[in-house]
Amino acid sequence: MEHEITLVVNGVARRARVPARRLLSDCLRHDLGLTGTHVGCEHGVCGCCTVLLDGEPVRSCLTFAVTVDGREITTVEGLAGPDGMSPVQRAFAECHALQCGFCTPGFLCTVTALLRENPAPTDREVLEGISGNLCRCTGYQNIARAVHRAAELLAEEGR
Amino acid sequence: MSTRLFGEPVRRREDSRLLTGRGRYLDDLGAGALAAAFVRSPHAHARVRDIDVSAALDVDGLVAVYTWEDLPERVARPLPLLIPHPALTHGRTAHPLARDVVRHVGEPVVMVVAADRYLAEDACALIEVDYEVLKPVAGLEEAAHGAHLVHDDVPGNVGAHLVQEVPSASGAGAREAVAAAPHRLAFRLDIERSASMPLEGRGVYARWDGTDLRVYSSTQTSTSVRMAVAAALGLPLPHVEVIAPDVGGGFGVKIVHPWPEEILVPWAAMLLGREVKWTEDRREHFVSSAHERGQVQHVEVGFDDEGRVLGLDVTILHDHGAYTPYGIIVPIITSTQLLGPYRIGAYRVEFSSIYTNTVQVTPYRGAGRPQGVFCMERTMDKIARHLGRDRTEVRRVNLIEPHEFPYDQGMTFQDGRPLIYDSGDYPEMLRMVKELIGWDDFERRPGRGIGIACYVEGTGVGPYEGGHVMVTSDGRVHVSTGLTSQGQGHETVFAQVAATELGVPIDRVSVVTGDTRRFGYAVGTFASRAAVMSGNAIALACRKVRAKALRIAADALEADPADLEIVDGLVRVAGTPSAGIPLSTVAVLANPLRYAFDDEAVKATQFAGAASPDRPPVAEGDEPGLEGRDYYSPIRSTFAAGMHAAIVETDPLTAEVRIVRYVVVHDCGRLINPMIVEGQIHGGVAQGVGGALYERMVYDGHGQLVNASFMDFLMPYATEIPMVETAHLETPSPLNPLGIKGAGEAGVIPVSAVVASAVEDAEGIPIDRMPISPSELFELRNRHPAR
Repeated sequence: MEHEITLVVNGVARRARVPARRLLSDCLRHDLGLTGTHVGCEHGVCGCCTVLLDGEPVRSCLTFAVTVDGREITTVEGLAGPDGMSPVQRAFAECHALQCGFCTPGFLCTVTALLRENPAPTDREVLEGISGNLCRCTGYQNIARAVHRAAELLAEEGR
Repeated sequence: MSTRLFGEPVRRREDSRLLTGRGRYLDDLGAGALAAAFVRSPHAHARVRDIDVSAALDVDGLVAVYTWEDLPERVARPLPLLIPHPALTHGRTAHPLARDVVRHVGEPVVMVVAADRYLAEDACALIEVDYEVLKPVAGLEEAAHGAHLVHDDVPGNVGAHLVQEVPSASGAGAREAVAAAPHRLAFRLDIERSASMPLEGRGVYARWDGTDLRVYSSTQTSTSVRMAVAAALGLPLPHVEVIAPDVGGGFGVKIVHPWPEEILVPWAAMLLGREVKWTEDRREHFVSSAHERGQVQHVEVGFDDEGRVLGLDVTILHDHGAYTPYGIIVPIITSTQLLGPYRIGAYRVEFSSIYTNTVQVTPYRGAGRPQGVFCMERTMDKIARHLGRDRTEVRRVNLIEPHEFPYDQGMTFQDGRPLIYDSGDYPEMLRMVKELIGWDDFERRPGRGIGIACYVEGTGVGPYEGGHVMVTSDGRVHVSTGLTSQGQGHETVFAQVAATELGVPIDRVSVVTGDTRRFGYAVGTFASRAAVMSGNAIALACRKVRAKALRIAADALEADPADLEIVDGLVRVAGTPSAGIPLSTVAVLANPLRYAFDDEAVKATQFAGAASPDRPPVAEGDEPGLEGRDYYSPIRSTFAAGMHAAIVETDPLTAEVRIVRYVVVHDCGRLINPMIVEGQIHGGVAQGVGGALYERMVYDGHGQLVNASFMDFLMPYATEIPMVETAHLETPSPLNPLGIKGAGEAGVIPVSAVVASAVEDAEGIPIDRMPISPSELFELRNRHPAR
């Protein structure tokens, strides 16, 4: 049996007909065509599939799409503003915080939420803040640097 | 913008796409394609007696079910043995779908195609395979005893056996040299399995239009997948194209090909006349892709009072899992790269490559080097301990001196060519790493230790790569090369090479990799070879284009080509910026036209007066267009090197190991982009730390991989990885025009050896087995109470 749901994704109401078992990650990727959200493990460990649900980071691979009917979701495609990439995105580019880019959308969503909560995190808080996301390429050093840089950019730009 | 871009930390041109969700990875393609899923063996060793698919036939959305018996002869054959070797006397590869016998948990038995992946997996769950369970061969040493066999026709489970021996200058063999040495040690070392574990698994998507087959694969070699697919499906090569889209990490596992799915998915797409896609899930990746590292090493070493190694005799048991599609490259690399930066008196190495009922073993970043370096560096530490000497002093007396290059180690390397080091300065590197970590001032205390390890990495292996460079009439420069990218920033570094060679702004340059439509001849991305091979090939192709551009511009400017330069995309008389023509115009003039398709093109038409009526529009031996193609094929490998040092602290109660500092001195010849090289090193070290402290593949006695998930396979998070401090030494390679070596694998290679060295120093207990977990260190403490 399929269910008609409406998700407000990146500010736009999107309708989909999904079976109850459809993962939010699959719904975003395959029903709505938003393939920026990636799936790395499908058991909630790697964090690649992290999206913001009403502003809070969640694992979209551990969430059934039907359970978030009517909710607001931000994916990597929704992070940039009308003036271009967000400070977090720009900081990642500036600090070489990505290589293959597969885990990156999950990190970007996680860090966006982290800095909203804590605009000036310490080194320790940065490491803890990103410690739910796996990256196999970068060794994390430049990701941690990018989080600090993003915090600077956000402060400079008064966001 | 400056065009002197070689060597600059240019920001990556890939990033804006990857940061905004516009990357195109395998599973992002093919919306609406049918989905494939596989029934995989739950047993490590079993005979397939019967397959009953009847229950699956009721699944709504099911399209097809295939077993080995359904495959046509060409597809049903065993997969190719990619790298044959005379010592690999009993090479074996899997069938795309199991025929009769399965030899590891995860081996594909049935392929299902359905409307979507959920339905395909529903059908898989309803297929009943009747297995006669056979005795699994689990454990490397048990396998080497040969009581039970993985392949009935491979006695003793020995796939390959190889001895290489380099006598001393006086002609003594290694065993003789060890026996005659003033000091001798004998010991055993163990390294466990890990795996590449890219965050994107493998995947294949195929479409067939009745004449042409297009295959997308998350691969490290699209050109060779293309040849393999064409061969298996009996298609003419020009009718097959293979594209590696954005690839979410490789680290070696994706150089293997063709994977069963790379043959079966295109075959099904042709048979069904529908697009078909398969995306590997994480569980599949653990049990059906590839692992590496597992070895047992027995070492005997003889040395003098200063610690000079007079004889080294190493016997290696190498676990290559159930099949050998990639030949014996890994143990060959271990046994040759073991020598590191050292001049060894006499060396003998013998390996046996052994079948076990486990996932096949193929190169994972480092590709046998971490094991070889672990062996040599443990040996150096043991010599130092035996003699009561500083560990760096013992290394120093064994180092090859700068004046000894090219240095011939007297062995045959993985490319079948002599193991001759091209260049390096190892004593300076040792000085640098000691200074960086503060070796001489280190304050040792219980639970705090310092360690070091050195390595040499053969990089940039042949046979060749090519580059194609085309300047179009809008002044853009289009670069293509056949090898693939998995995050190394090739679009950026190759653009830096091209922009520097041609004298154009980098934003005019675009780079395509891994697309056989653009470049059909290539080998692939592995062995830290991409920058060396394609970097040089692209530079050479650019030089052809540049020469042609200067020749055409010289005609137009009535100047001598030798007086011309290209600056910011303008060809001009050197020192006279006003007298010049843009490269875009040169591109127009390079292609004599009958038809003016735009205003620029008018200049090249037949009544424009640009061409002499006394000569053919395209001169003999020339070609239309401003483009060039060239190849770089090295005589042999380049040899990068590095030395790492670390300070660790061990918890007195929990035995947890914490890396307090980690420093790297690295020499990969000339750097194209230091930012990217550093990133490669950081990532490599992180994988090394995973392999030293956390990651292992845990097989039980039944051949079950008991930790096949990210819950239990402990890939490190940010909280486990130290900050890495780096310094570079640049000894250019004399072997290639750009003087570059390679950097992709470097970071990972010595980490287990460094961590073992440091933990041993902190604890006073021999560390001979990696990885080391807190519970293992705790056990070791109990066994060495009087340390």
